[in-house]
Amino acid sequence: MIQCKTSKAIGGMGHSLKRKEDDRFIQGKGNYVDDIKLPGMLYMDIVRSPYAYAKILKIDSEAAMKVPGVVAVITGKDLAQYNLHWMPTLMSDTQMVLPTDTVMYQAQEVCAVIATSRYAARDGREAVRVEYEKMKPVIDPYKALDPGAPVLRTDKEGKKDNHIWNWKVGDKEKTDKVFETADVVVKQQMHIPRIHVASIETCGCVADYDKVKHHLTMYMTTQAPHAIRTVIALVAGHVGLSEERIRVVSPDIGGGFGGKVPVYPGYVIAIAVSFLVGKPVKWIEDRTENLQADSFARDYHITAEMAGTKDGKILATRFKVLADHGYTDASANPSKFNTGLFSIATGSYDYGTSFMEADAVYTNKPPGGVAYRCSFRVTEAVHAIERITDRFALAVGKDPAELRMQNFIKKEDFPWKSPTGWTYDSGDYHAGLQKAMDAIDYAGLRKEQAEKRKKGELMGIGISTFTEIVGAGPSKDFDILGIKMFDSAEIRVHPTGKAIARFGTKSQGQGHETTYAQIIAEELGIPAENIQIEEGDTDTAPYGLGTYASRSTPTAGAAAAVAARKLRDKARKIAAYLLEVSEDDLEWEPGKFSVKGAPEKSKTIQEIVFASYTNHPQGMEAGFEAVHYYDPPNLTFPSGAYICVVDVDKETGAINVRRFVAIDDCGHIINPMIVQGQVHGGLTQGIAPAMYEELIYDEDGNILNGTLMDYLVPTAVESPKWETGHTVTPSPHHPIGAKGVGESPTVGAPPAIANAIVDALSPYGITHLDIPITPFKVWKALQEKGVK
Amino acid sequence: MNKQITVTVNGTQHTLEVEPRLLLVHLIREVLNLTGTHIGCDTTSCGACTILMDGKSIKSCTVLAVQANGKAISTVEGLAPEGGPLHPLQEGFKENHGLHCGFCTPGMLMRATELLADNPNPTEEEIRWGISGNLCRCTGYNNIVKAIEYASAKMRGVPTASTEPEFV
Repeated sequence: MIQCKTSKAIGGMGHSLKRKEDDRFIQGKGNYVDDIKLPGMLYMDIVRSPYAYAKILKIDSEAAMKVPGVVAVITGKDLAQYNLHWMPTLMSDTQMVLPTDTVMYQAQEVCAVIATSRYAARDGREAVRVEYEKMKPVIDPYKALDPGAPVLRTDKEGKKDNHIWNWKVGDKEKTDKVFETADVVVKQQMHIPRIHVASIETCGCVADYDKVKHHLTMYMTTQAPHAIRTVIALVAGHVGLSEERIRVVSPDIGGGFGGKVPVYPGYVIAIAVSFLVGKPVKWIEDRTENLQADSFARDYHITAEMAGTKDGKILATRFKVLADHGYTDASANPSKFNTGLFSIATGSYDYGTSFMEADAVYTNKPPGGVAYRCSFRVTEAVHAIERITDRFALAVGKDPAELRMQNFIKKEDFPWKSPTGWTYDSGDYHAGLQKAMDAIDYAGLRKEQAEKRKKGELMGIGISTFTEIVGAGPSKDFDILGIKMFDSAEIRVHPTGKAIARFGTKSQGQGHETTYAQIIAEELGIPAENIQIEEGDTDTAPYGLGTYASRSTPTAGAAAAVAARKLRDKARKIAAYLLEVSEDDLEWEPGKFSVKGAPEKSKTIQEIVFASYTNHPQGMEAGFEAVHYYDPPNLTFPSGAYICVVDVDKETGAINVRRFVAIDDCGHIINPMIVQGQVHGGLTQGIAPAMYEELIYDEDGNILNGTLMDYLVPTAVESPKWETGHTVTPSPHHPIGAKGVGESPTVGAPPAIANAIVDALSPYGITHLDIPITPFKVWKALQEKGVK
Repeated sequence: MNKQITVTVNGTQHTLEVEPRLLLVHLIREVLNLTGTHIGCDTTSCGACTILMDGKSIKSCTVLAVQANGKAISTVEGLAPEGGPLHPLQEGFKENHGLHCGFCTPGMLMRATELLADNPNPTEEEIRWGISGNLCRCTGYNNIVKAIEYASAKMRGVPTASTEPEFV
């Protein structure tokens, strides 16, 4: 049971308030980017490359220009006149906006058609004739590193190979020594597949440049509007787009999941065209373009190793990664973290040493990869550690739950310094796993499994006990393009005691309009229903780095609490003045200050706010406003214990997820209903890559499943009935003890499912299958083992 | 060569000249400015554009506007009078946290409208299969199922209390 400090009428933390944003969405009154219609608006469509690697010999736009309604065909050469044909990626790599001579991946933008209607733009697109000279693409990331491999990035002066960067962390010598002498060493090669966020709303924008006011309003599907405004100013400042003349508006967003962090070429082209013609330009990609060209996620080839004793004590881990970034490193990581926060791969276990190394390569595939509902490569890390832990348990003949219990960091050992340099803030891993085991009747399931195995039936139980690392991040280490990863809140309380608060983040469905109001209600006692939350307009909201990587609650949520506490301090001063007592004589309860020992003498927050406008003490600044930019002292470390039960059909390989219990620990909970909803959704996005989703390319670089007809997003039928629960281990450094939760389930679910399926197959000597684990993969593995 | 059509949308009759190739979803969104109906894909897979045509739920991205000639169309804007009271399905989605980003929600609501018209008291499995032509990327579907169960109960006049365990 969650304890609440405020009444339901105030609706502070712990109340399952119904969401404030729902009324407009359930009545069809949301305002998504494609709903925006401006006078004189032009429409843009994009011609895309059918080839993965080709020279462009000719772009013939003559027929397209004859299509009624077509006003322009924009090529890379047109943009080159303004030096807008290239742009930086968030990882300081470079990317073509439109090509002048070569295309580097299938579905790459070749040129743009501008027309007076959506249909005319599409007609124009079909009428553009492009002549290509095909070249042999490099698709396999391992082959990309072969000495004789063609060098793809010839645009980079002096580039002699396809290697992008090398990254390492940990103590190699110490780790290698442990591996040399350990009783047991297990090693597993695994691939975390290239997948796509596939938010139901695709990406798009309306770029609206006013030639008279020299002002750009950019409505776009972005999770980070402020950073985008700065990027536009940096990239296009030379043509006169100065930052005070740029307003970025992120309207309602139909799901983001990291896919709406990057700047895609379509946005830049739309801005360039609007700038040139002085009319609004709308670009809305279709689903096929979205799946085929927008940033992918994952695509890590990992070799994981674990060393330990015969009785199951983990001693060391080693991880070697090959990261396939496609044509350019368009990851959306903090600048200093090539591999994101992959170094959380040491996991939830107490052992002394680890060494990790990663290399990144260019291939002729779309660029990426974004942090898909993941705090920068944590999903890859968690899959690696949780899979190799199971392999280790199998090797030493221990139950995977027992082995985890044996190796967990103990709750009294927090803050805990990890072998790769993180300081885990808090956790109680034993309690989480025990709760999950009790909820699912782990002992009973193992008994049932033993009986089924005697009959030759395949049942598996899989565990994942993950540690997340979110809330990027402390300014000493975390920035994006140099901008520190703080976030912000500005609270303005009106004379009648009702408030508006604005944030540097941007909800894409997470429910900020409700949860931020609850944080402020908790701190000030103003009812959450009287607090309006706004985000996404750079003209009004304070600067922040946006919403992704489960960072909103850890950063902007903290900013809201700190800003509200500044206001409470002011309220105390005003109350003392009104009640004619010393500030020290006052005590606070949610919503009012009263005099100690004389509770009948009190002032409500509403009375105090009114006084701040009508009767404030002389010498005090009038009004009731506060702003705070919160720079977190550390990251937060949510955790979870997930257990999955599967039944596998030996003849067909069909997998039925019978039960899935998820116990999450995200510290103090702001709104249990919303946290549970986030967990449900994340779990479905976890089963997706575990069993269904992967972007598949053939050797010519053709995508084989680039539409929603063959890229299998789970429906309500594939999605199990999730069973959820929680433990509460507050973050000691966060103002409200919260940790963030959005990504935990996406991160934690895949290894639980994979471990369950492998567990089901383990009697036949099967020790690993790469995700997505499809019935065919299972059937094939069983056939190879001679199972009939 | 434009064609003249007459369609009744949410009870209002419109007579319009349209291109024969105009998709019904574009008629709804761009000609009639009813932007509650969304577009999520180009392969009739996601269901974000689901509406009712003569009471049957259809994906309006794969129907031509001219095919709607003489038909009655219902969109999310027509589910309940503006300003309330909400339709039991809308209420169910809000009460049970059946939406996050809201993009799939109008399509889900329209699909569920027909589902409950055909089967006023569906089982959980019938609901899951019944909405399997509509994708939601945010919610994991548990709460959408609960929302439809809630509406089903309310429309049948039985108590709507949730039988699901709390987030314990």
